[in-house]
Amino acid sequence: MKASPAVSAVDIWKFYGDYPALRGITFDVEPGACLALLGRNGAGKTTLLKILAGLSTPGKGKARIGGIAPRDSAARRQIGLLGHGIGVYDELSALENLRLFAELYEIADPGRAAEQWLERTGLDRVKHGLVREFSRGMRQRLAIARAFLHEPSVFLLDEPFTALDDRAIALLQDLLREAQSRGRTVVMSTHQLREALELATHVALINRGRLGYFGARNAEMVSDPGFLYRTYGEG
Amino acid sequence: MIRQIFTVMRKDLRSELRSKEAVNASLSFALVILLLFSFAFEPTAEETRQIAGGLLWLVFSFAGALILNRSFARELTNDCLDALIASPLSGASVFLGKALANFVLLVAIELVCLPVFGVFYNIVWYRQIGPLLLVVVLATWAITVIGTMFSALTVNLRLRELMLPTLVYPIMIPALMAAIRLTTDLMQGAPLAGDTMVWLRLLVAFNVIFTALAATLVETVLIG
Repeated sequence: MKASPAVSAVDIWKFYGDYPALRGITFDVEPGACLALLGRNGAGKTTLLKILAGLSTPGKGKARIGGIAPRDSAARRQIGLLGHGIGVYDELSALENLRLFAELYEIADPGRAAEQWLERTGLDRVKHGLVREFSRGMRQRLAIARAFLHEPSVFLLDEPFTALDDRAIALLQDLLREAQSRGRTVVMSTHQLREALELATHVALINRGRLGYFGARNAEMVSDPGFLYRTYGEG
Repeated sequence: MIRQIFTVMRKDLRSELRSKEAVNASLSFALVILLLFSFAFEPTAEETRQIAGGLLWLVFSFAGALILNRSFARELTNDCLDALIASPLSGASVFLGKALANFVLLVAIELVCLPVFGVFYNIVWYRQIGPLLLVVVLATWAITVIGTMFSALTVNLRLRELMLPTLVYPIMIPALMAAIRLTTDLMQGAPLAGDTMVWLRLLVAFNVIFTALAATLVETVLIG
């Protein structure tokens, strides 16, 4: 029997009022693949990622994570989400934040997992500092630690490189490469074509809610990131 | 699930005790209203005793709205709500954790207000302290359950500070009526027996029904 795709979108439609933000999106992402979700602002990338993460329900169609509906707790354990916001609490310390999420994900030793990720992201020296006192770069690294903390098998990243400082970009790229080498699946929406195409094995281009292109990344896309938009975009 | 409920509760209490945003606003509001009402009524008059329960629960429910408004709104900063509901936590766990945190904060404010109320209004409020505390606990849970649920429902609305009280007070009416009646009787020294038990049963039934309803529906409210 064939294993379920790591991420699956089947004829997903999403309406905001009468406006169809997504129109029949269908694709499968196999385990270990890295899908770069491209498209102009308002194309529907964030909406699609929210549906895949179980934060929004589609008007029609279905999303699956490892063959399971995203709102199923077993699916949510598999997902590492990095959205537009950092998703950590300003009034808690870095350690308290990571401990909190480690406990919510029922990690066996939440304290140890939190300490390990603080060390990994270079935040161990400020672990007792409140997040509200952190610099932007430190907050971003903490958000990355939060998304990777429970060792998810599927990463859903919404414009992960936007507004990151150099150190955080390098950290995220390293972690994503390592995740890929361990067979983890990545779906990331992005406008940073070069960074994304370096990591991507597959590319999906969304045009006004429709899937304009879905396929393997090729050398032409890397050498000329505008190629996709010229060929499959709206021009 | 129980552990996760308490994890959410601890997180909310810790955040609130560090920022003190809602607690300070709620406590100062409650004390100021108690003080202002004490100028409006003659403290020794029998009428004051007869409306004591009403005064007290009016203050508690308005002060509660200030705490409840922040409950889910606090999650909007840094998109924490997305991180929370993307975790394996069930909607019911999020709701119950938040409701418990709100309950603890509101009960703490009420326990500060009760002696102040006694002094300002010249009322011996502790004659039936055991039954009175039971009423306080039950009615506060009723306020908390309804308020937390509607805090989730209104979290993405621009006018949520206005919408929350508009939506919750009509639904709270049965619980508030019971609390007012019971509190007034208990402060006059009447025991918790006979006719007053009907109001206590109403309060218990209200809590059971709305806690079950809210815990079941909150996932739909949050995800849509």
